[in-house]
Amino acid sequence: MLTSLLDGLFDGISIGSVLLLAALGLAIVFGLMGVINMAHGELMMIGAYTTFVVQNAFKSFGKPWFGAYIFVALICAFLVTALLGLVLERGVIRHLYGRPLETLLATWGVSLILRQFVRSVSWVMVLGLGVFCVLYFGAMTIISRMPNVEKIRGWARIVLLPLSAGIAWAAGSMLGQTYQLAATKPWFGAQNVDVTAPGWLRKGIKLGTYQLPYVRLFILVLTIVCIIGMYMFLQRSAWGLRIRAVTQNRSMSACLGIPTKRVDALTFAIGSGLAGVAGCAVSLLGSVGPNTGQNYIVDTFMVVVVGGVGKLVGSIVAAMAIGIANYMIGANALSPLVSWFPQLAGILEFFANASMAKVLVFALIVTFLQFRPAGIFPQKGRMVDA
Amino acid sequence: MITDYSAVKSSSTMRRRSLLIEGAIVVAIALLILFGAPILLTAIGQEFRINMLGRFMTLAIAALGVDLIWGYTGMLSLGHGIFFSLGGYALAMFLQLQPEGELPEFFTLYGVTELPWFWQPFHSLPFTLAALVCIPALIAALLGYLVFRNRIRGVYFSILTQASLIVFFNFFNSQQKLINGTNGLKTDTTKIFGVYAGSDQVQSVFYALTVILLLLAYMLCRWLTSGRIGKLLVAIRDDESRVRFSGYDPTGFKVLVFAVSAGLAGIAGALYTVQSGIISPKTMDIAFSIEMVIWVAVGGRASLVGAILGALTVNFAKSILSEQFPEIWLFFQGALFLVVVTVLPGGFVGWLRTEGQDLFRSLIGRPRRVMTYPSLAEDPEVEYERQNLRN
Repeated sequence: MLTSLLDGLFDGISIGSVLLLAALGLAIVFGLMGVINMAHGELMMIGAYTTFVVQNAFKSFGKPWFGAYIFVALICAFLVTALLGLVLERGVIRHLYGRPLETLLATWGVSLILRQFVRSVSWVMVLGLGVFCVLYFGAMTIISRMPNVEKIRGWARIVLLPLSAGIAWAAGSMLGQTYQLAATKPWFGAQNVDVTAPGWLRKGIKLGTYQLPYVRLFILVLTIVCIIGMYMFLQRSAWGLRIRAVTQNRSMSACLGIPTKRVDALTFAIGSGLAGVAGCAVSLLGSVGPNTGQNYIVDTFMVVVVGGVGKLVGSIVAAMAIGIANYMIGANALSPLVSWFPQLAGILEFFANASMAKVLVFALIVTFLQFRPAGIFPQKGRMVDA
Repeated sequence: MITDYSAVKSSSTMRRRSLLIEGAIVVAIALLILFGAPILLTAIGQEFRINMLGRFMTLAIAALGVDLIWGYTGMLSLGHGIFFSLGGYALAMFLQLQPEGELPEFFTLYGVTELPWFWQPFHSLPFTLAALVCIPALIAALLGYLVFRNRIRGVYFSILTQASLIVFFNFFNSQQKLINGTNGLKTDTTKIFGVYAGSDQVQSVFYALTVILLLLAYMLCRWLTSGRIGKLLVAIRDDESRVRFSGYDPTGFKVLVFAVSAGLAGIAGALYTVQSGIISPKTMDIAFSIEMVIWVAVGGRASLVGAILGALTVNFAKSILSEQFPEIWLFFQGALFLVVVTVLPGGFVGWLRTEGQDLFRSLIGRPRRVMTYPSLAEDPEVEYERQNLRN
């Protein structure tokens, strides 16, 4: 009985560590800007696909190098998603500051686009997008240097947008005509792709009857490293100090000369980068598809809500609690404990599968929020809305 | 103190007259859709679009509910699929039980021989009709009370509604022995008053029913939003703390409006189920509930006409685009979210109200309208109140 409980505890912790890794970026961004990023799951998905690409690139290097691809993939996933997050912040979220509900909808739009993008991305599409960006943004930069900018900007947009889109489309279809399938074939397609974990991660430690897979341990260590890294960054670096200041009081920080806009952009990029790292970890656990991100979003949101936005500790505790509760209820690990009370055991039996466990965990979360509406570690303040 | 009431009285008769005109226009449009649209669509050989129009009008009822809580009260619910599906399931359960005394077919597949207890009351039609409004409304009221009581709002509320959506989805999706899980309940092969629910006869009755209920729902929302409650709802949206400081308790009003909105979604779900022939946990997708919000956003939030128009246009655009280029639809939808939120925050109707009017005026060479206090001063009721308050 004790071993099964310990097994459950460890499995719960390892589910919780994935959740925590996924929720970490979300929590930091939410704390700073009050923005829930619905595209967070899709950023994870992009991170997972980046891992897939890096893995394929390393396959050509041969055996000895292949085992190390995961470290390169982690860095690449972080960089790619951080860049994407930066673009997202600069392009969309910056304009929606102070309207969190609208931001939620806009990021949902981004997540839809990213999901379809992964399905249908091909050389034609990449070239078309590249040509469009160069033409449109190049022309807009030139126009913004002109003396009578304000007058012609509106018209320039109306003329340039269809013009550059048309040229980009023409260039894309020309490429498709010349190279045929090689250029129009989607890179990934709608099917799931598989990332094979490097050989040294595929074994496990034997603990009695229980097999402890290295992959789970790797993710646990990765999560701990990320947490320590984030903690050091937030507590010890100058930018971390600025981020904490803006989280506490945005207008006061702005008055004291902290560049809040740059803080926003940086934080969003880091949060997105963490999503990429989480995606890399997730890709080790199973196959990855365009809808992978959707499986994680609601759970990670719950972590943020339960944890509160004040401290990192909140997210850690919340993720572990939700992960362990989910696993314990789902695997029916608790019913031996209550075998002396058959009714309760019967109820637990009813909830003993992965989807019904979520039902019970959510009920517990709503009950919890009756006592602590602002989460475990709320932001302390004297504002009415705090 | 002598005051002249005639000015106030004339303003109230004028208001009544404009209300009458508005009512006449709305009823005329409803009659046109009821009788004109089927004839027109048959004439151009697009009969299957009649059913589509009927289904989209049920979605418009749901959109009215979403507008009520999001457009007017500022609560973004991402879980309206729950209430929509509950209404649909309530009616589908009644239809499944229809030839009295028989067990629905799917139960035998899973070896269930006895009807589960919660199916029992759905033998009766009056109970079903009450349930498809009341069950969603009660669940919304309960959830709303637990959430609003703790002053949980904004993004937190949205996330919680989304989480409860997942909970309901998981429950309905995994309970094969209770409600046929993933496969959902089919209605088109069931009988309603001895006629197949999938037959043209029943479908046209439900088309008419949809138009009438859409009209009634519009009238209900119009009444709710134009009176004092409507003003309070907008006040809650704009500054809830200030409403609280003025001595109102927003919790009750928020619970009420959330329940009304859920009830509307329940009706919409029931009508939709019969017209599409099936209800399954798919309507509890995350995506479907967010789509409801985008219908309202495109049409224009805080505008009831906008919600209806938005639901119809977006859904027709969806069906046409996904017929022609299925892979473009998601890009288009994503772009719609981005554009509406960043460029057109008021939606189409909101644009017509402000920029559209200015554009029209500048095109015909008139000066722009200015919003100033003189327009307030001309209102006799405001004038009357001002004088009385001073004394």
